[in-house]
Amino acid sequence: MTTNRSKRFRERSVPLLLIFITTAFLALFLLMPLAAIFVEAFRKGAQAYFASFNDRYAMSAIRLTLLTAAIAVPMNVVFGVTAAWCIAKFEFPGKNVLITLIDLPFAISPVIAGLIFVLAFGRQTMLGEWMIEHDIKIIFAVPGIVLATIFVTFPFVARELIPLMQEQGTIEEEAAVSLGAGGWDIFWKVTLPNIKWGLLYSVILCNARAMGEFGAVSVVSGHIRGETNTIPLHVETLYAEYSYVAAFSVASLLAFLGLVTLVAKTALEWKTKRKKEGKSISG
Amino acid sequence: MKIKKAIKNVLWSFLILGVPSIISCTPSSDDSETRSATLLNVSYDPTRELYVDFNEAFVKHYQQETGVKVNVKMSHGGSGKQARAVIEGEAADVVTLALAYDIDIITEKAQLLPADWQKRLPDNSTPYTSTIVFLVRKGNPKNITTWDDLIKPGIQVITPNPKTSGGARWNYLAAWGYILKKELGGDLKKVNDPQFADAVKAAEVKAKEYLTALFKNVPVWDAGARGSTMTFVQREIGDVLLAWENEAVLALKEFSNEKFDIVVPPVSILAEPPVAVIDKVVERHGTREVAEAYLKFLYSKEGQEIAAKNFYRPRDPEIAAKYASNFKDVELFNIDDVFGGWQKAQRLHFNDGGVFDQIHQVK
Repeated sequence: MTTNRSKRFRERSVPLLLIFITTAFLALFLLMPLAAIFVEAFRKGAQAYFASFNDRYAMSAIRLTLLTAAIAVPMNVVFGVTAAWCIAKFEFPGKNVLITLIDLPFAISPVIAGLIFVLAFGRQTMLGEWMIEHDIKIIFAVPGIVLATIFVTFPFVARELIPLMQEQGTIEEEAAVSLGAGGWDIFWKVTLPNIKWGLLYSVILCNARAMGEFGAVSVVSGHIRGETNTIPLHVETLYAEYSYVAAFSVASLLAFLGLVTLVAKTALEWKTKRKKEGKSISG
Repeated sequence: MKIKKAIKNVLWSFLILGVPSIISCTPSSDDSETRSATLLNVSYDPTRELYVDFNEAFVKHYQQETGVKVNVKMSHGGSGKQARAVIEGEAADVVTLALAYDIDIITEKAQLLPADWQKRLPDNSTPYTSTIVFLVRKGNPKNITTWDDLIKPGIQVITPNPKTSGGARWNYLAAWGYILKKELGGDLKKVNDPQFADAVKAAEVKAKEYLTALFKNVPVWDAGARGSTMTFVQREIGDVLLAWENEAVLALKEFSNEKFDIVVPPVSILAEPPVAVIDKVVERHGTREVAEAYLKFLYSKEGQEIAAKNFYRPRDPEIAAKYASNFKDVELFNIDDVFGGWQKAQRLHFNDGGVFDQIHQVK
């Protein structure tokens, strides 16, 4: 009797304990810092909060971040879809090497990624020297920031699409070929509709990273106020200048972006899951 | 079903149309190119507030004089790091760095300005000076009054990394000079006197021991002076911050004198942060005239007054007298007398394999 009861107690308490630990962990490491950002940002009231954005350096940082993401994300979409298409639908020698190369930006530290561009386009190389002499600016200017961002966000789209496309296999494409469809038709009418939610999902993640990247961008930026400061770099600058409210206000933009990303991500996951269930029922 | 399709269409059109529209609404270049000039000043960490004030005054002054509207852009960071960026191609029209070696290295590695750059402007091309002081917690709970107190066990000292920060190198040399002076019976002239060569050698051994002990008390190495200040004042790590005088006074004011005290050691170093026009860059940009006027304005009464108000010691005797009460009397030695100049000091102490590396590896 007693052993039975204690067994039942144990059965019930273990999951409860685990849930408690997880929740406490999340609260401590995720919710508290997130709340802290907004508390600090509104420390001197809503007026001070909004005043932080009414500043030409803040606006320039926001514009630069949007511009960078607007270039980096579409380029990664084109690259990612192409690469995933090649890898998932075709067999060719060197495929594993390609997959490894795509993963490279995940494997190396963003700071090293930034240094790669400094070494490539700095005065160390003939090319860099020539470009500096002719006032063609790559590093310590906007192109360097865009390049570094593209580099660190490189794997997001391809990595998301490869497993999806592999899972879907090539049956539908083969059917399209047998019915006489051309390459473009197959891509637009068969492949793309199949991957669109996965693609959108990866674009959202890629965008979040592109806007939030600090390390790589910091190395190539040169930290010129109003010119090469992105939002994360601007936050650092403000913090170092004792402008805590402004620093946290601008940081809250990134936090907000993170929250939007999270919501969009959850919505998409829910949608794809429902679709899959629908398919398995009908099939 | 129709609604679902509509949502899908909106999502897709957002994805496809949204991106180019963001690109197109980003701003293009300046509206009027005429009678305007742009200057990039690459500076070290603690000068952020100084150059906000100074740039405003200079822009006004220059527009009155010439009618040209100047846009001064700033970049701040650890002095050594900033020098490296200029070498790698950051297009600085002028540099205002923490110490002469960081400009020397630009001439050495990239030949962007002549080797005798320091003779082109008065006072070794340093329009303002500073020194190294201690910032301690309010009431000085650990009772830190001089350099000897920093190596006591249990004292946490905050100083940046000498490899990247100019302020950190001044901190290091100030401590080194203090020990030499102490060991040589208070007379630093003996350093350059061959008669006392043995005594100097013995003193240098002591100085090395002292710095080894000092660095054992350093829990965090930031890359620049401002980073260290933030570690000390914001993250509240450490008992004492070795800092530029201007940086320490600024931190004091930011917290309305309530959280920190400044301790001025009896002996410290005369820190000379130099300025220079980067010839190759101003020639390419056609900005020599405005760049030279910019640096010259630092030496004007107005420029000197702005420096003094930002707690840099002005060179101009009149302005210095006016602000004398802001700056405590300290016995200052200079780098040329004790270390034979920056080139020598850098090579012996801070280059790879130098004394700093040896000490640091002991740790």
